[in-house]
Amino acid sequence: MTHFSAFSLLKNALTGHKAWTEQWPDSQPKKEYDVIIVGAGGHGLGAAYYLATQHGITNIAVIDKGWLGGGNTGRNTTIIRSNYLYDESAKLYDHAVDLWENLSQELNYNVMYSRRGVLMLAHNVHDVQSFKRHIHANRLNGVDNRWLTTQECKDYCPPLNISPNARYPVMGGALQERAGTARHDAVAWGYARGAAMRGVDIIQNCAVTAIRRNADGSVAGVETAKGFIKAKKVAVSAAGHTSVVMETAGVRLPLESYPLQALVSEPVKPIFPCVVMSNAVHAYISQSDKGELVIGSGTDQYTSYSQRGGLPLIEHTVAAITEVFPIFNRMRMLRKWGGIVDVTPDRSAIISKTPVEGLYVNCGWGTGGFKATPGAAHTFAWTIAKNEPHPINAPFTMERFRTGRLIDEAAAAAVAH
Amino acid sequence: MLLIHCPYCEETLPEAEFTYAGQAHVIRPENPSGQTDDQWEEFLFIRANPKGPHYERWRHFHGCGRFFNAVRDTVSDKFLTTYKAGAPRPDLSSLTEGLK
Repeated sequence: MTHFSAFSLLKNALTGHKAWTEQWPDSQPKKEYDVIIVGAGGHGLGAAYYLATQHGITNIAVIDKGWLGGGNTGRNTTIIRSNYLYDESAKLYDHAVDLWENLSQELNYNVMYSRRGVLMLAHNVHDVQSFKRHIHANRLNGVDNRWLTTQECKDYCPPLNISPNARYPVMGGALQERAGTARHDAVAWGYARGAAMRGVDIIQNCAVTAIRRNADGSVAGVETAKGFIKAKKVAVSAAGHTSVVMETAGVRLPLESYPLQALVSEPVKPIFPCVVMSNAVHAYISQSDKGELVIGSGTDQYTSYSQRGGLPLIEHTVAAITEVFPIFNRMRMLRKWGGIVDVTPDRSAIISKTPVEGLYVNCGWGTGGFKATPGAAHTFAWTIAKNEPHPINAPFTMERFRTGRLIDEAAAAAVAH
Repeated sequence: MLLIHCPYCEETLPEAEFTYAGQAHVIRPENPSGQTDDQWEEFLFIRANPKGPHYERWRHFHGCGRFFNAVRDTVSDKFLTTYKAGAPRPDLSSLTEGLK
């Protein structure tokens, strides 16, 4: 596979860019693997990559019912941040941000990680108090986050409306400067390329229909659209469809699947320098490198697998955005879509062994899985390889719903993530 | 926009009048102090989350204010039926028969 460099770019430019080779082969399944990963999104491909590079396991298949990166990896609003309240979450998400910083170099693939800063707006006294608490908690955990006054918010993000008469007055904001965005497709492609280079099979358009177990209860392999494939270990990283897949192995999870919608505008010249989130009105906005405004919202209120979602939510989100940024009120929206996110009762993820020997699960990321991609993949690979959790994901077991030791980010933020 | 039939008001109205209230027929234990940790986990946290017909609760929040139950297909978001709280769980085969 081609090593990307200024030299290879120049060489291919001279031959009219006709000599580039494919980044990964379209693999067909073998009869047996050491590890099968269900779901070829950023999390699943990343786990395969770290299993191959850090744990010496390369006899791996990553199987997806569609194209790689075609699920939530390609549907999110690409925001990366780690300003979570609780110690366990701060460690996990900050671990991910540490890995984001060097990811392009490590993968030799430009994931376009941009530290443009994430600003969370406070619109009322409760927001102010809650965000300041978050800032103090973050700083004690070594996570960068600082308070901006109303004017400082305006200086940081000029399109913001800070008029005291605004429907959603800006009373300040919490800024994480290390946070930002990355190109989501490139994350899946970079991990896929890195994993395939080390011998991992990526099998696309091949739905896993069931997980099969041996007579002693341990995992035997997976039934797929292309027949049965044997495996010593099976790791499920299937986002909104995790509970459907896990149910076939007799494992029931505390998950509910909701549609989460996003939309983009027509592309315009650079106008929006950072990411702005508003929990109170529940809208997120940033500008992609292509120039589109990327806008996200909360989940629909009802569970669904429709990957579509309802229009009332879009109307609510766009109404909030045009109140906070009146400059965008004549902007034309280009398209909207939905992804199916798996939400846990405490809004924290599960990266865990399961009661079934040889079966592992990485799920429950709800509305905030993209930012965690490298950290989740790294700790999930560790859990699969060593059959025990990494210290960072040890609190994120599925047992916490029995013991009551929840990581209650739902209560901390009062919204989904 | 979903159109939802309220079995109390006997009217089919837009989604904006209703709030979703999670899985239906989750039965509160009669003797809470006798429950094991596993049973508590099941009651509090484990949900069906099916890809297909789902028994769920809705509330006609901006109308009569009452809770009722519904069966909705989570793939098409189509309501198969709605029925009053406390009514027995309708048989799925009779509902899907009507779709054919």
